[in-house]
Amino acid sequence: MNTSPLSLTGHNSFVELDARARVRALLDAGTFRELIDPFERMTSPWLARQGVVTQSDDGVVVGKGQIDGQPAVVLAIEGAFQGGSLGEVGGAKIAGALELAAEDNRKGVPTRAVILFETGGVRLQEANLGLAAIAEIHSAIVDLRQYQPVIGVVAGSVGCFGGMSIAAGLCSYLVVTREARVGLNGPQVIEQEAGIAEYDSRDRPFIWSFTGGEQRFRTGLVDAYVQDDTTEIRNTVAGLLRQGRPEVERSDQYALYLERLSSYDARVQATPEAVRQVYHVNHVNSAGAGHE
Amino acid sequence: MNETPLSRGATWLAALTGNATGLPGYPPSVRVVDAPLAGQPARYIAVVPDAESSYPRARTGETGLVEGWALAQAVHEAIATDREGAKRAIVAVIDVSSQAYGRREEAFGIHQALAGAAGAYAQARQHGHPVIGLIVGKAMSGAFLAHGYQANRLIALNDDGVMVHAMGKAAAARVTLRSVEDLERLAADVPPMAYDIASYATLGLLWKLVDVGSAEQPSAADVDIVRGALVAALDNINTDPVPDLRSRLGGANRQASSLVREKLREQW
Repeated sequence: MNTSPLSLTGHNSFVELDARARVRALLDAGTFRELIDPFERMTSPWLARQGVVTQSDDGVVVGKGQIDGQPAVVLAIEGAFQGGSLGEVGGAKIAGALELAAEDNRKGVPTRAVILFETGGVRLQEANLGLAAIAEIHSAIVDLRQYQPVIGVVAGSVGCFGGMSIAAGLCSYLVVTREARVGLNGPQVIEQEAGIAEYDSRDRPFIWSFTGGEQRFRTGLVDAYVQDDTTEIRNTVAGLLRQGRPEVERSDQYALYLERLSSYDARVQATPEAVRQVYHVNHVNSAGAGHE
Repeated sequence: MNETPLSRGATWLAALTGNATGLPGYPPSVRVVDAPLAGQPARYIAVVPDAESSYPRARTGETGLVEGWALAQAVHEAIATDREGAKRAIVAVIDVSSQAYGRREEAFGIHQALAGAAGAYAQARQHGHPVIGLIVGKAMSGAFLAHGYQANRLIALNDDGVMVHAMGKAAAARVTLRSVEDLERLAADVPPMAYDIASYATLGLLWKLVDVGSAEQPSAADVDIVRGALVAALDNINTDPVPDLRSRLGGANRQASSLVREKLREQW
């Protein structure tokens, strides 16, 4: 993966950056410090015994530093390693860092967190340990967001699926690009479980029409829809942090979502237009910093 | 009329609450019952099959869009009601075969519905409600994350039909490009991949594994044993200095989770 901020097309692509470069790009210049860096070789104890090549950071970068001069931790999942899947070590890095951020806030240090999701969810070679770590990540996000907004970014190209899409759903604000997809179940798994008539995993326009960044923004399931541009993403994240905690977290709006779903006749198959209608979001007023 | 066999979740929910009536205002697939535990008010919650659901992919006990948000409702209402007074216990009776896999579910954001449920349980625990997850059947993947995995303590019945996992065997084999036989051979060597509850117990995530005569059709004695375990869990939760998940750390096959946290703290 390209680690230079200048892409072949000449613009300042964020999607083309690897996880470490993404963290560096979001933190104030000169403030990035990596915790449990690759030289510590905290690799997965489970992949090696299955003959799978490990990575010295287990696919997760924990960067401490500042955003807007305020303490921040940025957690990035490397989509290029094992599909961004979470195992024991990578999962504990994210959960543990979020736990420490919440602890900071209880001591009066206003540490904020940004999570960069590029993940298919649980790493199946570490199945139950990945699932357990994701439950701990959920817990830590809900704890931390009592004090500070927790920002999730799904830039692309892996997307955000499985238990980590639930983590994304717990974030105070979500930022996506056009490349991003957010969904619980990966297209192939749905096709296997429910059949190709239900979900054709090879039909890219179909998949994006339901789970792509633009549709998620237009239906209010994310807060900001941005260009794949490092400066724009950086400014959007900083702007949302400045905005502070939302009045009500999206994941706490059960009454609103149950009411909306009650107006949808689920005997009829879903279309992207139906979702826009049922979720009738006035996106001009939606929180965040869409680029339109 | 045909007698539909009750799901394990429905069976245990009824047994533990003395067949008390469920609260109105919930879909048929989410049963919410207020009944005492150790003489104190408690809320018991289970996801059960609803063959009539208008969501075709959520008719056999899957946790879908409506189930996720209804679980959130059941937990948030308990938090709101108890805001000023004693915090009632919440018992998630867990028998969830999977999340719902379908086009409707992805379209309307099932990930957000399950976040609603997971977040509600986490807030209940963090606000001081003792939350207990009682695994009586399957506890699979996203469905378990939404219903029970945020509990202060997890209790599982020691039974072959009890299983915690991230993905069913057949699908996991396909996704990891292995045969089911290879997967089973690997699972025997790699505890986090195993499908049996005894292997899961070596990870340190369970508080107790409880032996019963029948997990399928519990006797009165079985129900007493499980109720006893719930009461013991309540007492044990009371000894926690903070209502987080740290009691899950320290398992023989989960050492890296502790080591990573130690190093993060040193370097923070």
